[in-house]
Amino acid sequence: MNPADLKFNKTHEWVHLEASEDGKIATIGISQFAVEQLTDLVYIELPEVGRTLAAGESFGEIESVKAVSDLYSPVSGDVLEVNSALADNLEVFSEDPYGAGWIMKVKVTDESGIDQLLDEAAYAKQCAEEG
Amino acid sequence: MTGSLEKTTGSLEKTALHDWHQSHGGKMVDFAGWSMPVHYGSITEEHLATRQQVALFDVSHMGRLIFLGKDAARFLDRLTTRKVVDLKPGRIRYSLITRDDGGVLDDVLVYRLQQPDGTPFFGMVVNASNRQQIVHWIQEHEAAALDVTWVDETLNSAMIAVQGPKALELAKQVCGFDPATLGYFSGRSIVIDGQMWVVSRTGYTGENGVELVVPAVVAESVWCQLMSAGEAVSVRAAGLGARDTLRLEAAMPLYGHELSCEINAMQAGLPFALSLKDRIFPGRDAIANAGDDPLLPRRIGLQLDGRRVPRQHYNVVTPAGETIGEVTSGTFSPTLACPIAMAYVQPQFAELSTELAIDIRGQQAPAKVVKLPFYQRP
Repeated sequence: MNPADLKFNKTHEWVHLEASEDGKIATIGISQFAVEQLTDLVYIELPEVGRTLAAGESFGEIESVKAVSDLYSPVSGDVLEVNSALADNLEVFSEDPYGAGWIMKVKVTDESGIDQLLDEAAYAKQCAEEG
Repeated sequence: MTGSLEKTTGSLEKTALHDWHQSHGGKMVDFAGWSMPVHYGSITEEHLATRQQVALFDVSHMGRLIFLGKDAARFLDRLTTRKVVDLKPGRIRYSLITRDDGGVLDDVLVYRLQQPDGTPFFGMVVNASNRQQIVHWIQEHEAAALDVTWVDETLNSAMIAVQGPKALELAKQVCGFDPATLGYFSGRSIVIDGQMWVVSRTGYTGENGVELVVPAVVAESVWCQLMSAGEAVSVRAAGLGARDTLRLEAAMPLYGHELSCEINAMQAGLPFALSLKDRIFPGRDAIANAGDDPLLPRRIGLQLDGRRVPRQHYNVVTPAGETIGEVTSGTFSPTLACPIAMAYVQPQFAELSTELAIDIRGQQAPAKVVKLPFYQRP
């Protein structure tokens, strides 16, 4: 996926929104900046399929040698699918954070809040300030 | 995602190698008031390079104190948990500085060395986070009757650790002598281009290696010589992140984790660092008394399955869920490829192979008591 087509959480998750027959489907991962900052990933905890998430809710955690971080959902909805191949293959996050490194797909149930997500330029600016 | 993005802030102390770190991808963080590289891209790769080849660590943030005068040995002997008066020239001892109640103020190395002109002196390397506190402690314990003067050389010098199976061979190329001729925990001063260096067979990684103390003005030149001489053996720079995972595998205590004012020196599982017989130093009696306490928590090693990392302050529990201790350090061991931790637990749970668990954010992760160190170099 091209980062220009994504929206970003201030907390470094990305989301790709796609229209489907029954509403929007969100694919969610973490940004390249986040992966580079974390380094040395050792563990990811994925949410259960079927779980209902509110925007901003913690849906899992990602752990590096140095620290553990919560993952926050950029959208409200139900978890349709998780990328269970990640657990034994964490290098995918650095190799392809916006593609094979996707974490979960969510069926969006409430679109309010989506317009508050950052576009690529605004997110890049935030990263420059943090980095 | 939150909680893990570290930043360098404000006016921090900088080592003589700071510019080098910044221009070579060092991720700089605030460590004990110093801007230090936590890694240059990957903690795990830097860790494995140290175990398999050789790595350079900037440890200039460690405090370096020099003691001169004919009573320097007696003075230091009264402040540390191991004898100093019988330390032979060229020898180095790991020791503790303790309060009257036996709590640990710092863990230090005490060096007995000679300047190139033959003048004897003592060196002490202290933790960066404790340097001011130790300086105050020394000032409080100065005695007019003793002939001793001391100086804090931290900011005038730099300290480079060269660690790994190829470390001695590499250091030899810049030191002008073979450091393998020094015994482990021995050191000497040398003169290179008119500057005094101290070379010692010490380190904090569990590997063979040396540490070089050089004047700050030549630090970058020495570092670059080592980097270039080490190309053939794939030398790389390693940051504080790898330093921490390496010392943890080697079960070396870290101040603020396994050692603190709240931990009696007797608890720490460092019997070689305690010499109590016929000694007088702050905390001596409190440490001796703690040795008679059958309920004193003990330092243990724990090994876990899976990949979740136990971290400082997580509770150690019995399989039934009863809290019996606390993790002081934990990581994902790059060498063993599993999570490991050190912890203090009630002594009846300290036996090898005891099945315990660690409460990792609300989930009990099974953990087994294993022998320390987790890693011993072949």
